[in-house]
Formats: sequence, structure tokens, C-alpha cells
Amino acid sequence: MTAALTPPSDQDDTRRAALLTRLQPLLPAGGLLSDPEDIKPYECDGLTAYRCLPWCVALPDREEQVVAVLRVCHDLKIPVVVRGAGTGLSGGATPVAAGLVLSLARFMRIIEIDPLARLARVQPGVRNLAISEAAAPFGLYYAPDPSSQIACTIGGNVAENSGGVHCLKYGLTVHNILKLRVALIDGAVIEIGSHALDSPGYDLLALLIGSEGMLGVVLEATVKLTPRPTVAQVVMASFDDVTQAGNAVAAIIAAGIIPAGLEMMDKPATAAVEAFVHAGYDLSAAAILLAESDGTEQEVAEEIAAMCQVLESSGARGLRVSQSDDERLRFWAGRKAAFPAVGRLTPDYLCMDGTIPRKHIAHVLTRIEELAQQHRLRVANVFHAGDGNLHPLIMFDASRDDELDRATALGAAILELSVEVGGTITGEHGVGIEKVQQMCLQFSADELAAFRGVKEAFDPLGLLNPGKAVPTPRHCSEYRLTGSGRHT
Amino acid sequence: MTDLTETFRQRILAASSAAPLCIRGGGSKDFYGCAPRGERLETSAHTGVLAYEPSELVITMRAGTPLAEIEATLAEHGQSLAFEPPRFGEHSTIGGVVAAGLSGPRRVSAGAVRDFVLGVKILDGAARELSFGGQVMKNVAGYDVSRVMAGSLGTLGLFLELSLKVLPRPVAEATLRFEMAQADALDKLNQWAAQPLPLVASAWQDGMLSVRLAGARAAIAAAEQSLGGEKVGVGDTASFWDDLRDQRANYFAGATSLWRLSVPSVAPVIDLPGETLIEWGGAQRWLRSTAPADEIRAAAAKVGGSATLFRADAALKAAVGTFTPLPLSLLNLHRRLKQTFDPHGIFNPGRMYPEF
Repeated sequence: MTAALTPPSDQDDTRRAALLTRLQPLLPAGGLLSDPEDIKPYECDGLTAYRCLPWCVALPDREEQVVAVLRVCHDLKIPVVVRGAGTGLSGGATPVAAGLVLSLARFMRIIEIDPLARLARVQPGVRNLAISEAAAPFGLYYAPDPSSQIACTIGGNVAENSGGVHCLKYGLTVHNILKLRVALIDGAVIEIGSHALDSPGYDLLALLIGSEGMLGVVLEATVKLTPRPTVAQVVMASFDDVTQAGNAVAAIIAAGIIPAGLEMMDKPATAAVEAFVHAGYDLSAAAILLAESDGTEQEVAEEIAAMCQVLESSGARGLRVSQSDDERLRFWAGRKAAFPAVGRLTPDYLCMDGTIPRKHIAHVLTRIEELAQQHRLRVANVFHAGDGNLHPLIMFDASRDDELDRATALGAAILELSVEVGGTITGEHGVGIEKVQQMCLQFSADELAAFRGVKEAFDPLGLLNPGKAVPTPRHCSEYRLTGSGRHT
Repeated sequence: MTDLTETFRQRILAASSAAPLCIRGGGSKDFYGCAPRGERLETSAHTGVLAYEPSELVITMRAGTPLAEIEATLAEHGQSLAFEPPRFGEHSTIGGVVAAGLSGPRRVSAGAVRDFVLGVKILDGAARELSFGGQVMKNVAGYDVSRVMAGSLGTLGLFLELSLKVLPRPVAEATLRFEMAQADALDKLNQWAAQPLPLVASAWQDGMLSVRLAGARAAIAAAEQSLGGEKVGVGDTASFWDDLRDQRANYFAGATSLWRLSVPSVAPVIDLPGETLIEWGGAQRWLRSTAPADEIRAAAAKVGGSATLFRADAALKAAVGTFTPLPLSLLNLHRRLKQTFDPHGIFNPGRMYPEF
């Protein structure tokens, strides 16, 4: 599945040489990599099944350098793939063969924390967790917490509109960004949003956030900080079947409770995780739910009691309430480590990311199991149950016969299933290159044309992250020849 | 329940840049934005709640559905639109709510209209039916066009259907009052907002700060203890915040121009002549003033905010515009987006900015 490498032509060699010559004086020492050995680490992101060596990697450390690099690429019409920590799971940062990777990893400065205004101004390469750590002395934190938060950067979070386990109550990235300073492909720098709660004109912040590096390059972000709740507690409930667990999720919401987190893991996921982190999960349960409450002591006591009652009447056969923050973190550690834990059990895995209406949880999990058997593969499911965001982890071994193909086919079938029940192919990981085909399932030709119109409004030459997120009409006609589709 | 999609399609196909359309729901916000131009396209008969399951926290409805009907439906299940859209008339439609992008007192804690938009179905300027987003909480497939539609004043498309996130109503509410000068109120509001308090809305006017608490009963009781102040009676609590939300409070009566300053909550007292009412923990400052537009806009810009001429006579609006002018780089992006969704410029031309 490595992107097809056409043999370099003489013309390519000339263009590559021209690019390197023009970039060299613009970048700091060690800021331009072009030796294959040096650029190897950049050949893929978290979606390791797709690899491609770019022409070169630029590592600027000042805003003017970013702008200068963009100008050169715009001038020479060289594609640019922007990269943060490279933790993305959909191939959003997969390089383009005849292109440049623009790494923002050196922009690691937290420019300002304003505790009274409850905001942080940060450079794009600042890690998600680093913001919360810097805000902690003021009793504040940055709410979105993707599982990769130790490593992933805020620039990447903006590109993907990242979520996490607390989105139902605290929102996604789009709900927690106040302002962005953005470079467009031609080097123009714009500021969108403000430190006020709204700004005149169209909501360009909403458009930029989740645009997968295709509209602009984030130079600086102002993020909202949230007061750290006084206490948090989590209930762990085990169920004998996934239908009961799914219904319990709906029952909690129907009872008027918005838990801070509401997560579900099926038996294969629990088994993988328990062996890895020893969180004390019930290994015989068909599914376990983690339901977190946070707030003041009184709020949490009330909400935990209410949730326990709902869980019991929904048929939970075991309930454990965390008795300390250590225990709470241990319960969560398993969930947060689910991907690496599954990674230990299998040479390769694909992580899917559909979102479905919650009422279809049980149906979808049952169908996934059937599909997995059809494709002769194993799947472990972890699930942001509160917001219907499902992460089936498809285990396979790419070195064995056609397993990669079967895994890809199973993944596609799961995405189709998500769309079929009224959901979406991606809840928080982005489309990238992984799901670009399935965009043809979810959107009509006219809708995709509108997306291309948006893209052209920002990047008329189509140089920023080409080939990602929005399929071409040709992509779709090829896909429809091989698969089923909502739109014909 | 009526589906007028075909009628709308015909109207769009018949329209042109010389004969544009003025999209109108209940007409309760005719006063908002720059003067409407073009032939009226009434949407208020395109109605019906299409899907609502309380445990999914999503409601999907046709754009002409009355806000009052939606709020009543949600209330039956103990839910609400947490961004508290203002009701300027009994005929407000949900399409108008989203197009105007206005949010009420709880916006500061719950989020704005755009934060609750999950999906839209529109007819674009070429009468193509387009759906963006969906009915699920998390969805990053494609650019987030549906949120951009919020607050776009009908300039990008004609709403057919909207899917909005809904939330349970708080179990309990209370209001506390404090006699306090403006500068002190701004300090206090920002300090309190940095603490885990169940503080969801605020209003300061004429030396009196009112704060609204919402959440679990015990949490409210604890917050009342720690904050102090004078507790307002239960009945008065609801009517006070409703009057503020719907701009029925005395402050909003009269003919003096009403400006809405959207500024960082920590911005100091803004020294402009006129009467001030402050909401959103300091981030939304209403001003009734006859001061020149330039002076007001400059004062807002100085603290990193913007000023909207919310209500004023037509002559003033025509002269100074409703919204703070955009820098050229942003204006160009707006024009190109407009071109994408409404290539012939038939939807609400000039309603937001004279340039498109």
C-alpha cells in the first residue's frame, strides 16, 4: 500500500534541486533534511501502513521561516504536508512523493498563560498535555484529551479537530480554541477568532479546525482553559452482554446526566488492556463501562449515586466506584492505553473511527463481530460511548498472505456500516488518506464539489496536503465501481 | 409538517443577481444585520420536527419550525437549547436562530449556537441540495461547513433542515445579587470563572451584579454559601434571565442605538458615553449610545474585540454598517466562500457586508 513511486524524471530532479537551493538559506542549521536516512522518520504518521519519502523535510523555528518556506513552495508549485508530532491515525501527515514535509515540531513555546482570562497562547508544536501541565498551578487545564495527548501537538489537534474521552461534557477542539494565527499557502498571515467569544464575519475558526492541514498552517493558537474540577470519580460497571451495556449508556443520558466521560470496552479490548496495565478490569464481562463524574464534591456525590442506580437497573452485574484519585487514574489508564495494549497482541492493527447514533451500539457491535468472522480477523472494540464514537481495532499481520487487504476491506465494511446506521466515517481521527475513498459514501458529488470549493478559496493551487480528506471525482467513480455507495 | 423544498428550488432557479432573494423565517430579526434586499423568500411554512430521541441528545427539524414549538417539545423531556437563543418574537424559526447566530445569557458557559450545530441540509445558490455534518456528536468527515453556516445570515445557503445538540435542563437554578461597581464586577466575574463554580450566566447593570447558578442542588447550595450576595426569589430568577435573553428588560426599550461589544472578558471598563449592560462574564457588553460609530468600534478594537450595531435606525446602519469591517485578507476569503456556495450572489446580498 506504499504510495506508487514513479521513477524520478530529469524534470523532477531539476525541481527538487531548485527547491533545496532556495530553501537552504531560509532555514536554520539542521533545518533542512533531504538525505533519505534523515527523512526516513517522516515517511509516515501513526497510520504506518502508508509510507512515502518526500523530497525533503523543513524544520523552521521561526514564523518568518515558515512563511518563507511556503512562499518558495507556492512559487515552485511544490506540495506541502504540514506535520506536528505525527501521531495522527488517518494518514493526514503522510508525505507526498514530490513534495515537502513542513515540520512544526520546533515551535514548542508556550507564549503566555493568562489565568484570569483563562487562556493560553501557544505555538503549534506545543504538546496537548504540556498546556495542561503549564496551566495546572492556576487550577486550570486544557480540556480536550486525545489518547495521544502526551505526544500530540496542538497544531495537529487543530488540524484534526481532536476529541478525547471527555468530549461529551467539554467539547472537541473546535469548542476550545479562541483564536488562530494562520499562514496561507501564499505566505499571507491571517488572524481568525479573537480573545472575545465571537468575531465578525463567517466562523472561519470552525472551518480551519478539522481541515486536516489543507487550508492553512497554524502559527499560533489561543486555547481556552477550564477550571480543574475539585473532584472526579469514576464508576466501572461490568455487563454480561453488549446490548445491556449499550442500553445503559442511553439510560444514563436519558436520566438527564452528562457524564464527564462515558467509555465502553468489549471483552477482547479488556483482555488486551488488563494484561498490559493491570487496572483490575473484570475479564469475564462481555463489556465494561467507565462513567466519570466531575465537579464539586456535592455534585459528584449526587451524580455518582444517580449513575450507579441507572447502571444497576440496566443490568450491570458488578459496579466499582473509584475510592481515590489513584484508583480513578488506574481505571482510565487501561482505556487510554487500549491502542498500545492491542498493539502488543498483534504485529499490526488498524484503528477505525466511526461515529454512530448511540441507539445502534449493540447492533453495530454485533455486525462488526460478524464482519470480522467473514474476513477471518479479530477485532477489539473501544468506544467513546457517550458520544457514539467507536474505535474498532482490527488486528492483522501485514507480513502474512493477504491479511492487510482483508483488514482494509473489513475496515471499509465497518465504515460503510457506520454510514448505513446514520453515522459518520470519522468522529475524531480525520479522513486523511485512510478514509478518502469512503468520503464518496458519505457525501454526494455536489457536496464533495462544495468541499473542493472551500479548499480552493484558501489554496487555489491545491498545494497544501494534496490527496487527503476530499476525494476527486475520479476517486469516487473508481470506488463506486468496486463497492456500494449511498450516492450514485 | 410541510416540505417546501421544491418550491424553494424553483425560487432559487428563478432568482438572479439582479433579482436576489431575501430569506425570511418568522421575521423577528428583520431589524438585525444590514437592510434586507431582494424578493422575500418566506420559510416559515417549511416545518416539522423530523427526528428527536432524547437519549441521543439531538433534534432534527425543518428550518421553518417555530422555536417555541421546539422548546416546548424539548421541555417535555427535560431538555433545552442550552445556548438560549433570544426570542425577539413569537414566530422565531429555528432557521433564523441558526442563521443569525445569536446566543443568550448561558452562552458563556454552555457555548454558542455554532457549538450546538451538528448538521445542516441546505439548498445552495445553484439549487443543489447539500448536507454537511450529521446527527452525531463527533464528526470530522469533510470541512465543518455546518458550523460556518451559523451566523452567516443566510448569505451562504437556504437552510432546509438543521440538526442541533440538545442538553438536559439543569436540575436547579438560583440567582444571587451583589451591589458592585462595574470594575469590581468585572474583576469578580473573571476570578469566579477561573474556579469550578456552577456559575452559568451573569448580568451587570447600574451598580448591580446578578449571577446565575445552575446544576446539582447541593452544588448550588455550596456556591451560595461561598459567594454570598443576596438571593433572588425563585419566580423572579426565571423572569429576570428570560427578560434579558429576549431583550424585554427595560434596558432594551427606547430608540437610542444599541451596540453589542464582543470583547475579552478581562477587558477593563470601556470608557464610552451611554448606558452599559454587561453579560457573559464581561465578554459581551451592550451599549446604548449616540457616540460616533468610529469611536465605539475603535474602543472595542483597542481591547481586542469588535462592535456590532445591533439595533439602530436605518439611516445610521446604512451609513456605518452593522458589523465591524473585515481586514482585506479576510474579506477576500469571505468573497471566495460566498462564490463557492452562492455563485450568482442571490442569497441575502448585503445583509452581512455590503461587499457580498
